[in-house]
Amino acid sequence: MRASSWQKSPGGGRRPGAEPPLLDIDALTVEIQGTRILDSVSLTIAPGEILALTGESGSGKSMTALAAMGLLPQGAVASGRITLDGTDLLSLPERRLCDIRGRDIGMVFQEPMTALNPVQSIGAQVSETILQHAPRTPRAEARARAREALHRCGLDLPLSRYPHELSGGQRQRVVIAMAIALRPRLLIADEPTTALDVTTQAQILGLLQDLTRTEGMALMMITHDLAVVAGMAHRIAVMQKGRIVESAPTGQLIARRDHPYTRALFEASGHQPHLPPRPDSGALLQAQGVTCTYPLPRPHPFAAHPRFTAVDDVSFAIGRGERVGLVGESGCGKSTLTRALLGLTPIAAGGITLDGTPVFTHHRPNPQVRRKVQVVFQDPYGSFNPRHRVARLISEPFHLLPDPPRGAARAEAIAEALTAVGLSPDDAQKHIHAFSGGQRQRLAIARALIIRPELIVFDEAVSALDVRVRAQILDLIADLSASYGLAYLFISHDLSVVRGITDRVMVMQKGRIVEAGPTDRILSAPDHPYTRTLLDAAPRLPDLVP
Amino acid sequence: MLAYLTRRLISLVLSLAVASAVIFLVVEVAPGDPASYMLGINAQPETLAALRQELGLDLPKWQRYLAWTTGMLTGDFGTSYTYRAPVAEIIGERLWISLPLALFALTLAVLLAFPAGLIAAATRGRAPDLGVMAFSQLGVAIPNFWFAMLLVLGFAISWRIFPSGGFPGWQDPLLALRALTLPAVALALPQAAILARVLRSSLIDALGEDYIRTARAKGLTRTQTLWRHGVRNALIPVLTIIGLQFSFLIAGGIIIEQVFYLPGLGRLIFQAISQRDLIVVESTVMLLVFAVILVNFLTDLAYALADPRLRRT
Repeated sequence: MRASSWQKSPGGGRRPGAEPPLLDIDALTVEIQGTRILDSVSLTIAPGEILALTGESGSGKSMTALAAMGLLPQGAVASGRITLDGTDLLSLPERRLCDIRGRDIGMVFQEPMTALNPVQSIGAQVSETILQHAPRTPRAEARARAREALHRCGLDLPLSRYPHELSGGQRQRVVIAMAIALRPRLLIADEPTTALDVTTQAQILGLLQDLTRTEGMALMMITHDLAVVAGMAHRIAVMQKGRIVESAPTGQLIARRDHPYTRALFEASGHQPHLPPRPDSGALLQAQGVTCTYPLPRPHPFAAHPRFTAVDDVSFAIGRGERVGLVGESGCGKSTLTRALLGLTPIAAGGITLDGTPVFTHHRPNPQVRRKVQVVFQDPYGSFNPRHRVARLISEPFHLLPDPPRGAARAEAIAEALTAVGLSPDDAQKHIHAFSGGQRQRLAIARALIIRPELIVFDEAVSALDVRVRAQILDLIADLSASYGLAYLFISHDLSVVRGITDRVMVMQKGRIVEAGPTDRILSAPDHPYTRTLLDAAPRLPDLVP
Repeated sequence: MLAYLTRRLISLVLSLAVASAVIFLVVEVAPGDPASYMLGINAQPETLAALRQELGLDLPKWQRYLAWTTGMLTGDFGTSYTYRAPVAEIIGERLWISLPLALFALTLAVLLAFPAGLIAAATRGRAPDLGVMAFSQLGVAIPNFWFAMLLVLGFAISWRIFPSGGFPGWQDPLLALRALTLPAVALALPQAAILARVLRSSLIDALGEDYIRTARAKGLTRTQTLWRHGVRNALIPVLTIIGLQFSFLIAGGIIIEQVFYLPGLGRLIFQAISQRDLIVVESTVMLLVFAVILVNFLTDLAYALADPRLRRT
């Protein structure tokens, strides 16, 4: 399967939609403890049709899917009508719903790492779908059909494998095999590729598209990624705050973007921050032949630990005020390299210097160097201690200073950092739960800024954010680089994120940097085949006519 | 799996070696000379020396350690100062009460805790769950010797279904089991309460996992999901607790043994310590350590059976 094959055929071939709808959701309203989660949602999906349900987090996409599965959380009250081929699902008793789930409607979830039971073999889990709906199937036949379902999903592994022995993409294929084993008429895929690398994403999307084409299966595809949607859906429904604000065939919706929210989403998705020109002066960070290794499990109790080389002889430099991107797929070593730069992982060979001073002296990280490098992580929810107030949270890096500011000077520094990231100095007294994901990421940046570092490492810092928030944060990051003269190392698995925010980009594969150069050049004319693969696999938004 | 087993076995042997050395040193360092204790304060120095020689107390420490450990390997635990009988024999007799009692109590605890924990987790926040939680709270809180006395009052004195104490021996197994029933119930109750709570919270954690939602999406009912995907994933913490409880029950029944007048291991240790019977103390403690380490080893094996991810490390 070619990595990018899925993108080529939106609306291509037979356009379904003329048949009567398979799934018909009519004025669906869901309330949980008096709060309206879904507000009069109506949509239809015809056999063989791909409907994309898109919108930002909390807009009700997943809740719509769970309602169609009859798997709403306890305490949720649904009204309206959901019919599958004429059967009203909302009025069915639980027993009948169990018969429909897995047989008529299959579902694929976002997190392949946790969607499989870790203590059962993949064969047992796939054949469970078959045995559940036809309990008298002989074991051998169920296993044969499980093998066939896995084969249809492009996975020919022994059935005795356990989930932990599989990669993320392979696990997602197992989840899909479980969902399609009985050839359901409707497949609901909830962000099925969000947790995957771009090349794996392209393969999984291609697989889903093939399944709808060859089996006439309808697909409800839930995703926040408009580029993915644009590449494969026949129709798009845009959700905001529990309502469908716009719904139209893909081409038409992209061309017209009637609703202001749709328009805002597309603009934010294609947003390019304006990066101020780089002040051209000297080198800041120097990495020379950096190698990092991890011990692997011993083959037998008396053997030495074999070592896995996560970062293999990597050399590069970052200049003062330079914005550099580091791109690669999961497991390529970019996180280990980051940890080494921050002095969190010892290096096996080579050296890292900042301003000519080594990051490690005698195997211990040097605090003088550490305070010049700060980091912003991906998860704005997990990276703050919920018990402390903002003032304490963002002033934590002060402990790296020999003489940290106290009293009024400290309060002033906190106020300045908060103002710099577009928040109010009054926010210092609040707790972290009072802030949204985007605001938390601003706080994370404020925490990095507060001791005036020279280099900030952004480790997938915008990957978890909704598109409109992401656009704002990227703008903020671009502005700060000029006003504070900061150098950035921008780490991402996604080439499109580093576009516009970096001067130079490095592409990493299997622990080595395979290509490096000016961002424009790498994105338009890559030399290395791996970079080309990454670029081809990345979903792209069509050019928008304003 | 073989590598995992080998590593566990090596750690078992090393633990035993370290434990035996520590036990020997601690008992040696403790004040009190067994010979003078046995002969009383008015003993003649010559008689004392003769007794010390007879007991082997005059030999260098390392020789006595070596003799003790190699003896144990061949089943010779030495001779008790006070009982004037082979330690192996004394322990053997007591073990025939303590071991069945511990097994009996643990079986009862598991039989009680599993249904309770399962029901509580399946009906989280509703009446059955609240009932189980209230009862288990009570079970943890009630001291077991007091509960034992209540049992005696009810089942032995008022209704005369079970004997109130003593042990008739294993000649008549039914009679022996009857004698062990009340002590086993008294021991099992708090353990069952703890186990039920651990199982409940572990199951609730497991039921919140993504793969439970996946199972529901396949068409499994709530109950099927709980059994097929919840229980095995919830088992690791439960196995840990069961292992700890068994180790505890082998010797921890000392108060219950006192209440029911059972000549078990707990009482043996208690008597041996108060009489400075070093050989008996050392050997019994060593035996208990061995039991704990063995149970841990078996728990490790059970982990590997329950969770395939552990087999490769």
